[in-house]
Amino acid sequence: MTVTPDTSAAAPTPRSLLDFQGWSRAQLESLFETSKMMQEVLARPVKKVPALTGFTVATVFFEASTRTRLSFELAARRMSADVLSFSAATSSISKGETYKDTLLTLDAMGVDAYVIRVDAAGVCHQAERWLGKPIINAGDGWRAHPTQALLDAFTLLEALGSLEGKKIAIVGDILHSRVARSNAELLPRLGAEVVACGPATLLPGTLPGVQLSTDLKTGLTDADAVMVLRLQNERMDKGLLPSLPEYIAGYQVTQERLDWAKPGAPLLHPGPMNRDVELEGPLADSSRSLVERQVANGQAIRMAVLYHLLVGKKPRGES
Amino acid sequence: MNGELLIQHVRLVDSRGEHGTADVLIGQGRILSLEGGDARRHIDASGLILSPGFCDPHAHLREPGQEVKEDLTSGLTAAARGGYSDVVSMPNTLPPVDRAEGVAALKEKAARIGQARLHPAAALTQGQEGKRLTEARLLAEAGAVLLTDDGRTNEDAGVLALGMQYAASWGLTVSVHAEDAGLRRGGVMNEGGVSFRLGLPGNSVYAESARIARDLEIVRYVLAQLGGRGPQAKALLHVQHLSSARGLELIRQAKAEGLPVTCEVGPHHLTLSEERLESLDPLYKVAPPLRTPADAEALIQGLLDGSIDCIGTDHAPHTQDEKELDLLRAPFGIPNLEVGWPLLYTELVLKRDFPLPVLLERFTDGPRRVLGFEAIWLEAGAEASLVLWNPDQERPVEPQRFASKAKFSPWAGWKLRGWPVLTLVEGRAVFEGLEQPA
Repeated sequence: MTVTPDTSAAAPTPRSLLDFQGWSRAQLESLFETSKMMQEVLARPVKKVPALTGFTVATVFFEASTRTRLSFELAARRMSADVLSFSAATSSISKGETYKDTLLTLDAMGVDAYVIRVDAAGVCHQAERWLGKPIINAGDGWRAHPTQALLDAFTLLEALGSLEGKKIAIVGDILHSRVARSNAELLPRLGAEVVACGPATLLPGTLPGVQLSTDLKTGLTDADAVMVLRLQNERMDKGLLPSLPEYIAGYQVTQERLDWAKPGAPLLHPGPMNRDVELEGPLADSSRSLVERQVANGQAIRMAVLYHLLVGKKPRGES
Repeated sequence: MNGELLIQHVRLVDSRGEHGTADVLIGQGRILSLEGGDARRHIDASGLILSPGFCDPHAHLREPGQEVKEDLTSGLTAAARGGYSDVVSMPNTLPPVDRAEGVAALKEKAARIGQARLHPAAALTQGQEGKRLTEARLLAEAGAVLLTDDGRTNEDAGVLALGMQYAASWGLTVSVHAEDAGLRRGGVMNEGGVSFRLGLPGNSVYAESARIARDLEIVRYVLAQLGGRGPQAKALLHVQHLSSARGLELIRQAKAEGLPVTCEVGPHHLTLSEERLESLDPLYKVAPPLRTPADAEALIQGLLDGSIDCIGTDHAPHTQDEKELDLLRAPFGIPNLEVGWPLLYTELVLKRDFPLPVLLERFTDGPRRVLGFEAIWLEAGAEASLVLWNPDQERPVEPQRFASKAKFSPWAGWKLRGWPVLTLVEGRAVFEGLEQPA
């Protein structure tokens, strides 16, 4: 099979994937079509296509995240791109070198596209201004993690067929979650109704297009799917939550509580999971859980994103 | 009559209004006459406006210790270019200005530089640590004009009350950065729909209003403690850089009650709002943060009706590198000494019919009243600390041409009128831009 996705129907693909601003529903659906083709590639014995031969993709992780970085790097290699891998604890930034300096240094090595993970909202936008190259946001602070939302949506589409009119519940620390924000931006565009549910101190005052609730039952009742977020211990340290048992009592997704949702409603989790904190342990391993599908689909989605951002462009160095 | 400088055919406007066209003779640091005379130098100022020199009650000039951001020479030169004859420097330097020797050293150096006049504010507490009071009497003698722990917030209500009570004996007003640290937490922009959507830590309007409400209660308490013994010429409390409609409302009520309180607003809070952060550019990161357009609108009304006494620039220079950090780590602050007047003249007077004499009052008499300085009016005998400015010539904001070391601006490219062309301090030209092409 030759991978030649049809991107002609949609307007030109935005230069970067910083969030979903500028991405139309048609473009997003085209991305999902490409992802299906990438799934076929991944099902082959030789999981590699020459699409990005000659391109260099840098993964720049200013915030530690092995899983997401590996997923992107494998995706890039399977597209035959060269991969430049940079990771640094944020502390090295406070020692002097700025994000800008680091990125400009990498750019001098002839990079065609950047995958950036960072603890502060907006750095991917700044990077696009400084570098003028395609940037894929692999998570910026509390703001956005668009490839996670894409793989969540893709997994939900596989499980539910369509998201039109479907109720998706997101449970946990909504205020500090880039996963929640990106899903809140993406899922309603695909026709879903999103209810975000968590403790009052971990909910934003408003989130466009999303119903917010402190009541887990309201959130889960009749949900077609439930997305559970990781709870960071830091929230207790900052005084936003009294204790872990208190959170578990109010918001842990258990077998019993999952019965409020539609029968068979699947469970998603962006990982890494705190077993028996946000999710009752056995549920994580049950047939309801789509966590492994999410990880596998992450590959296909990231290959598709790289394809859409770089297809038709020429690697640097060519004139 | 003989003088040193004759400014001919110039329109006179001060806080009292328009005074027609005159030939202003200047000598011995004073306005000698409005009816011409002989002078060594003549300036044909047809089409230009002469006003009293501006006074800024709030600028961060960074010396000593942070000269990489700004120093007295660059900061006071920037002030002179902005039409300011007088500038108050904030004491949150390294180390903080908390002793008389530090105040005296700044004043002595500024006098040698010979640009805009410097009036240092000194720390309210030693090291600005919010614990032990500084030596208000010695600081006042050395020339400190305000006491403030700006750069930090006064978390201990008891220390602030003692500070106000004690400073009043020596004629010093306490000036506060009114934000509650606990409510503000790590906020980097206004808390609300935009911050929730962008996923940036928010700093609520209520962090400001709760602190103002507390501080107004402290003023009532201190008044009771002083039992009428406090000097009545100046306020006990000056609230810096008001940013919110809610904070303004509290001050408006307090003033209606007759509480001895004054306040200022910055050019950025009058002309920019939180939507600017959609660009995710730390250029717009400032404390208190840019609020909503409705807040800016309320502040303009407050400036008009006198609830707000004056414009304080809160000129806060940083290096380009620092402002290119990310939104969590980049420092708070916007440099604006060189654009304050043309910005507000253009945006308020030209675009919204804000009365020119009122805006001038907020740049001249208003801040001088807050500081206990005499007003400067355009009449024979007045001190010749003046600014000549061009109400017609339009020029874009070009940060790379700033005298300030901070060569960036949220107003870069804005086309403004009202640019100063000559700033005088006691008759001496500290900025002259007359040669620039019209």
